[in-house]
Amino acid sequence: MRFHGLRHAATLCILAAIAANPASAKTISVSAGTPDANEKLQEALILAEPGDTVELGAGTWKLTDGLSLDVNNVTVRGAGAGEGGSILDFSGQQGAGEGLLVTSDDVFLTGFAVLNTKGDGIKSKGADRIVYYRLRVEWTAGPKATNGAYGVYPVESTDVLIDSVFVRGASDAGIYVGQSKNIVVRDSIAQENVAGIEIENSFDADVHDNIATRNTGGILVFDLPSLPQQGGHNVFENVVNDNSTPNFAPKGNIVASVPTGTGVLVMANRNVEIFDNVFDLNGTANVMIVGYRYDHKDPNYQPLPKQIVVRGNQHGKAGYAPAFDGADQIAAALGGSLPPVLWDGAGDAVVLDDVGVLSLGLPDIKTPRSEAKPQPANLKGTPPARLPEIKLPESMEAKVK
Amino acid sequence: MKRLAAALAAALLCASGASAVSEPLPDQAVIDGATMPAKLSAFGLFRPGTSEPLPALLPYDLNTPLFSDYAEKHRAIWMPPGESAPIMRDGNPSFPVGTVIVKSFGWPDWNGGRPVETRLLIRRASGWVALPYIWDADGKDASLAIAGRRVPVTFKSPDGASHSINYAVPNKNQCKECHSLKGEIVPIGPKAGNMDFAASRGRSDFSRFFTWPANRIAPMPRWNDPKSGSVADRARAYLAVNCSHCHNPEGSASNSGLFLRWTDPVNVNYGIGKRPTAAGRGSGGMDFAIAPGDPDHSFLIYRLESLDPGIAMPEVGRSTVHSEGAALLRQWIAEMPKDAH
Repeated sequence: MRFHGLRHAATLCILAAIAANPASAKTISVSAGTPDANEKLQEALILAEPGDTVELGAGTWKLTDGLSLDVNNVTVRGAGAGEGGSILDFSGQQGAGEGLLVTSDDVFLTGFAVLNTKGDGIKSKGADRIVYYRLRVEWTAGPKATNGAYGVYPVESTDVLIDSVFVRGASDAGIYVGQSKNIVVRDSIAQENVAGIEIENSFDADVHDNIATRNTGGILVFDLPSLPQQGGHNVFENVVNDNSTPNFAPKGNIVASVPTGTGVLVMANRNVEIFDNVFDLNGTANVMIVGYRYDHKDPNYQPLPKQIVVRGNQHGKAGYAPAFDGADQIAAALGGSLPPVLWDGAGDAVVLDDVGVLSLGLPDIKTPRSEAKPQPANLKGTPPARLPEIKLPESMEAKVK
Repeated sequence: MKRLAAALAAALLCASGASAVSEPLPDQAVIDGATMPAKLSAFGLFRPGTSEPLPALLPYDLNTPLFSDYAEKHRAIWMPPGESAPIMRDGNPSFPVGTVIVKSFGWPDWNGGRPVETRLLIRRASGWVALPYIWDADGKDASLAIAGRRVPVTFKSPDGASHSINYAVPNKNQCKECHSLKGEIVPIGPKAGNMDFAASRGRSDFSRFFTWPANRIAPMPRWNDPKSGSVADRARAYLAVNCSHCHNPEGSASNSGLFLRWTDPVNVNYGIGKRPTAAGRGSGGMDFAIAPGDPDHSFLIYRLESLDPGIAMPEVGRSTVHSEGAALLRQWIAEMPKDAH
């Protein structure tokens, strides 16, 4: 039994040759055309070493199992996210909760599309300094309850950049950042999802220059109880329009409660500034600010929105088709439609935009919505100090220059 | 040529009955090395040309095992001579460098009961390494399948139903998805309270493997043996073994806020009245993971009974529904007082 080392001398030599110069980054090219493309691609993602690039050839990859990457500082680069690019097609997926799972740091994902996954599209967990750039995650049949939940899904990560991605059809959130800190979501398009972009239980996010259109709700900023972290976000210079897709989320999930026609929704958060956005054609409200009104047993949870600022936004048509219980009567009483900004009356907010604000008059979050006492509200006041701009490490910005 | 010479030498060694001189031992140099050998035989953990572990390995069983498509699992542990694993007060063994945990998967009624795959968990100086091997068609050796593979198999479950599935041999990363704590690979099965050495306790070298703490470690119930614990205790053992390697604050499902370790209190973070978090279609339109008294409206059950990758839990390692396990959990939830949350 002592001979095995010799018997595998050949294997050892190969491995030694690969390990001999770890500083020289290499490119591992994989082609969609190989019969066992799924296994070959996964193998490349496993055998990649820090600094390496895994290059996806152009073409459509028919994948049966989710992919995963657990090596730091790897680039996954395809030939493009559109037609003729590198298309990872998961229509025949048999296993795994997502199309691609990243669990390592300093990963750069760019130039490919992930289509029709059974669960989430691309998930990264505990993956610091991840960059999502020029990607497409799409459920190609459009809004359907059977689509996967999240399109682009970083969670439990520090320093997250989502830049120039397109996400369509997610039955929960197209771009979802959860339980993370120091986040930038920019220049991206979220279309026909239940929630276009959602920042949940996270600290310090800038969401800017995105288009959130034809979702149920455009941009959501949420804090939920019984989760590890909660807490300042800037939402600015986005176009948030025509969020008119009927809610197609599975009931029970928090986004199933988002009324169709919501522009930006803030729930139970603090230090959120919504400014310089262009809103139009959001049938329920352009901006909605509410408390968390479900039972919870988390003693550390803060269910009220606090220090929310709304300023400098352009408000097109809003409130003409409010889609929450009792909204019809309120709208009728107000002459047919609701003003562009809706507040449930809990917590505090400063609204400097020159538009109407409707309060539901429910300062105590334990009061059921059925007891709403809707009334116009004037929330003009002195806003808290501006939040700082989010800065990401230079190494991340360099990847997208 | 070296390989051929070595193989010949090995053959001669076996033929000459060298094992009478000393019991063969695994190849510690390969175990301790940095390589990922292409063939399982490189480790010398099995009798040459077979899937039968060397007698030097210590076989063990688990009171409550992880469900893997009704596969029968053969488990064994190797530790280098002179080394042993002290069992900590919490029941976790502290395995020495050079340990290999070997687990072979097969079905008694498939391919003559020969294993389909063998997974190794190797404790190297750099940490634990997980390697999946798939047995070759001739059953004499197994080949590294670092990217995993789907293997078509047909077998009968205990209720007599026939299943033909594309059994998923996990890839190296998927091994880590379950065997992960704070981002590092760790063993999950061998905990003192769950290990059963009935088959090997009598052997002369049994005491060399583990040293036990002064405190008694209570055995975990057998999920399917009512004599071993109440329905609630057996259900909790089932969740601990099948779910808590991800569902703990440092595991792959930490962000869910659902924590199912054997030691976790049965409260909202255990699923009782817990609303879905990032569950997507997994919530099945239900409000709570566990609705006391109402298994039909508990999406934990819904996910265990689903085969849709967007819904099913666990996310890896299951292409069939474990109806017997789900039945136990249903009974547990049904027997909970409705006002428990």
